[in-house]
Amino acid sequence: MVKLTAKPPLETGLLFEAGGARLLAIDTGRLTSIAPYAGQADAVSQVLQAEHGLVFPAPGRVSHSEAARCVWWGRAQAMLAGPEPAAGLGACAALTDQSDGWAMLVLEGAGARAVLSRLTPLDIRTEGFPAGHTARTELAHMMASVTCAGPDRFELLVMRSMAQTARRALETAVKSIAAQG
Amino acid sequence: MRVPGKGRVNRRITVPFTFDGRRLYGHEGDTLASALMANDVRLVARSFKYHRPRGIFSAGSEEPNALVTIGHGAAAIPNVRAPVQELYEGLEARSQNAWPGLRHDLLAVNDLFAPFLGAGFYYKTFMWPRAFWEKLYEPAIRRAAGLGALSGLHDGARYDKAFAHCDLLVIGGGPAGLMAALVAGRGGADVILADEDHSFGGRLKGEVEEVDGQPGHAWAAGAVAELMALPNVRLMRRTTVTGAYDQGTFGALERVGLHLARPHPDAPMETFWRIVAKRAVLATGALERPIAFAGNDRPGILQAGAARTYLNRWGVAPGRRIAVFTNNDSGHRTARDMALAGVEVAAVIDAREDVVAAGDFPVFAGARVTATAGRLGLAQITLRDATGRNVSLECDCLAVSGGWNPSVHLSCHMGAKPIWREDIAAFVPPEDAVPGMVAVGAANGDFSTAACLAAGARAGGEALAALGLKAAPADVPKAGDGTYDIAPLWHVPGKGRAWLDFQNDVTVKDVVLAAQEGFASVEHMKRYTTQGMAPDQGKNSNIGALAVLADATGRTIPQTGTTTYRPPFTPVSIAAWGAGGQGKEFAPERFTTAHQPTVQRGAPMIEAGLWHRPSYFPQGGETSWRAACDREVRMVRSTVGVCDVSTLGKIDIQGPDAGAFLDLVYCNTISTLKVGRARYGLMLREDGHVMDDGTAARLGADHFVITTTTAAAGQVMRHLEFVHQCVAPRMDLRMISVTEHWAQFAIAGPKARDLVNALIDEEISDESFPFMACGPVAVSGVAARLFRISFSGEQAYELAVPARYGESLFRMLLTLAEALGGGPYGMEALNVLRIEKGFLTHAELHGRTTAFDLGLGRMIAARKDCIGKAAAQRPGLTGPAREQLVGLRPVHDGGAIIAGAHLFSEAATPVSANDQGYVTSACFSPMLGCDLGLAFLKDGRARHGKRVVLVDHLRGVHTLCRVCDPVFFDPEGERARG
Repeated sequence: MVKLTAKPPLETGLLFEAGGARLLAIDTGRLTSIAPYAGQADAVSQVLQAEHGLVFPAPGRVSHSEAARCVWWGRAQAMLAGPEPAAGLGACAALTDQSDGWAMLVLEGAGARAVLSRLTPLDIRTEGFPAGHTARTELAHMMASVTCAGPDRFELLVMRSMAQTARRALETAVKSIAAQG
Repeated sequence: MRVPGKGRVNRRITVPFTFDGRRLYGHEGDTLASALMANDVRLVARSFKYHRPRGIFSAGSEEPNALVTIGHGAAAIPNVRAPVQELYEGLEARSQNAWPGLRHDLLAVNDLFAPFLGAGFYYKTFMWPRAFWEKLYEPAIRRAAGLGALSGLHDGARYDKAFAHCDLLVIGGGPAGLMAALVAGRGGADVILADEDHSFGGRLKGEVEEVDGQPGHAWAAGAVAELMALPNVRLMRRTTVTGAYDQGTFGALERVGLHLARPHPDAPMETFWRIVAKRAVLATGALERPIAFAGNDRPGILQAGAARTYLNRWGVAPGRRIAVFTNNDSGHRTARDMALAGVEVAAVIDAREDVVAAGDFPVFAGARVTATAGRLGLAQITLRDATGRNVSLECDCLAVSGGWNPSVHLSCHMGAKPIWREDIAAFVPPEDAVPGMVAVGAANGDFSTAACLAAGARAGGEALAALGLKAAPADVPKAGDGTYDIAPLWHVPGKGRAWLDFQNDVTVKDVVLAAQEGFASVEHMKRYTTQGMAPDQGKNSNIGALAVLADATGRTIPQTGTTTYRPPFTPVSIAAWGAGGQGKEFAPERFTTAHQPTVQRGAPMIEAGLWHRPSYFPQGGETSWRAACDREVRMVRSTVGVCDVSTLGKIDIQGPDAGAFLDLVYCNTISTLKVGRARYGLMLREDGHVMDDGTAARLGADHFVITTTTAAAGQVMRHLEFVHQCVAPRMDLRMISVTEHWAQFAIAGPKARDLVNALIDEEISDESFPFMACGPVAVSGVAARLFRISFSGEQAYELAVPARYGESLFRMLLTLAEALGGGPYGMEALNVLRIEKGFLTHAELHGRTTAFDLGLGRMIAARKDCIGKAAAQRPGLTGPAREQLVGLRPVHDGGAIIAGAHLFSEAATPVSANDQGYVTSACFSPMLGCDLGLAFLKDGRARHGKRVVLVDHLRGVHTLCRVCDPVFFDPEGERARG
């Protein structure tokens, strides 16, 4: 009996830190895309509430419960992070497993915003982009999802195949900010 | 010379530097210009065309003369303006454009040829003989052109790009800008205050005047301290706002490492910013303009304002005996400051009639400077006084003020033209020219400090109001409130060349000549004379030149108008603009899960789209790619080959209308596909040409997964989204890319099924999993997908697992394949295999071919509409005149078939007029033992069996070919169905 072994896009853990910014690679866990069918937005929300304890997020927002988070992912699309999707969802939404499609990096620390400002045109000032806000945007030429997960903490998801590019771009930016004092 | 008791450099710290190899010393706080001036270095450059000796002209980024090269080797930076370069220990500066040296520049012989090198000379004087232009004149002129030179070596420094957002961008940190930032900052707005200098204060740093009862520069320092303490205010020093763009976007260049002796290797030399601001205040001040008179370009002749800035800010005097030529009060201020500092003032020559001396020095009212002398440095001037008498004065410095030009540039970047104000003889920014931006202070034609402070405060308050915030009540500090009495003087008529554009060596005579030759439009005059086209972008000459042009064409200045203002305000290095795009940063690299084991086997990689894919897998003894490729092809056709096909786009489509949607985007019918089956599909563009092909697999009643060509995945996804959102918004379906989630591998060859069965949990047979079947399988418990599709024409499967298992599966597949006598194959073999079978890639689907051309016209289903169907039926897109897909084989052994070659009838001359078609794909076929080609040939399908001549004009190849069906190998397709 052959045995397949799993390998993450990046070695999880602390990748790099300097000048008040830390870069970590995180396991994405189970990710499921949820795209409600026509007229089914409420039905989807009801199932999500009943089975996962959260609502379908508004554009640019993250909804969450104890065991799950739901990140707005685009037009009428959200990413459920954490649990296997409830059975009832399949009837009212298109679901796809996205667990292996993304590489997740976390940028945190007092210097995180300065670093991120090198890589994305997104307005990440605290007032307009506080914890619980998310955006689909560009990160160093890559299509990405950027979520503010705390006062100085950003979760960045890029396509799995671009993990090395993302790592290199973020490390370079962390070093650049640290070197400018 | 250094003046005791003046300036604010730190005289306790000595900073050594070199200029043209000569060791000199400055102080901390000096610029290269002030340090050179302190060392009495007057000759710093030679002009571009005539190699005239030149000296420091200004104290700012508008400097036209003192351009030097800093550093050496790969780090050398040409055309650095000396007043902008902060001095650091060990700075190496070299003059430019002189050979063998500044003092004895042999190329100054050009000056003797001045009559032949006037405006438009290259249209007139180097025209004969014609052949000499390309071979002799142009190369020689090119060699003589330009000021500094690039090193020719790769610049190893780093550059960053960055983004910033704010409520209010204040451009310029002089009195007006500081007030705007203070008011808006105190009111709680997010403010960015940017200034090109390393410190804020603008003209306050160079003047002797009081603001709020203290020296202007001290008030400025206090304002900066308050701003620094505000968390909502961001101060950007050494940051030039270079351009105004749409929707509140501004470009800005920050000098990060250029002023440091030892910049940190991880830090950038420059950062290029894109700043998005809800509102902006243009507080860019004004630049002093010269007066054109004979010999007005000698070293020692400089702006009057700059002269006193060097004195007051850096404690250096530009000469020992200074004369002033002015048409407004600025010149008098210079004389007063110099005299008070103990520097000898020879005279003030004022073009205005009504003037009094501001100190103990002679004043010539109603007078003009008419000539100067002193080749390597000013020694003497000649003036004509009010009575017409000529007076000669010895002096080594002449401070000139022709008035002030508000720096309107950014306000005109979006196409507006500035407004002429007769009362100040200057252009000011047009209102509302850049939405959300307001001009204040000297930039808006208000030249008194009091007016600048008031205007800045008002603009700050208005910005707060527009943002819904309140201004805290505050008084505007008290400051000087004079009037601006100017008598416009653009040119002193007389003998001798009067210079307008110092950088491109353009004189008054050149502009008059342009007008005489019919180049009366200011845009034409600019290009004909090259005035305003040098690195200073005409900052020192534009207004003067257009005044001369107006006079020469009998128009007023506003009638003549200005040329178009374009970003950048000051030169930006291409490295800064291209930051984030150099080397590997240019584009993301995409790696498949099989990357590691692939490179471990020594496979050379190629890029398809952004993906890295193996070209071939060399084995021991193979000396060429062809050897490996031929072996891999034979291997696939005789045992089994494994190829990573993860890179192809995979789009998951679900919903009650998924089938109907696919019927709309594919030209053939997909909705009739059974669950567990896949079908080849052809996708057309709106204009009826083929966009892409791929397979559509039905995994459930409402669930499809379609594939796309690797490099077209994004484009197809965009197309599908457009069709769904705009063409068929009522169809109920959802789609998402799953390209990355699944690692997918092709397993092809007679032993493919054996290999698959060795791997998956439940065995399949030809019956249980026939050709074009698809469905879920398990690989040691891991949920996988299996597709029986073939791009090689062999019995083949594609096995997909979640990407985390990709590398593991690939290794396993290779082990099993090798046990069966097979192994991995790469892109070269993949391409040969599909050419042998006449399968298509984007070489054939290149955007100008239709389904008819490809012989797939019957795929367009009759009973349904689809994207592109109507357009595909337009006249001219079908019929015998079309170039149709055919196969080509050489008639004689060894005949070469080359992609890109063109096809001609045997009897015809191989020229464009006789072109019958072209070859899109070609290879050597190990199975058939000859070259094969896929080509498009006029009426090709009717010409099977006929001969054509293949000609590659670039490589000199002529091959007689037989036209045939594009499927060369296994035409019945039995091997895939086995």
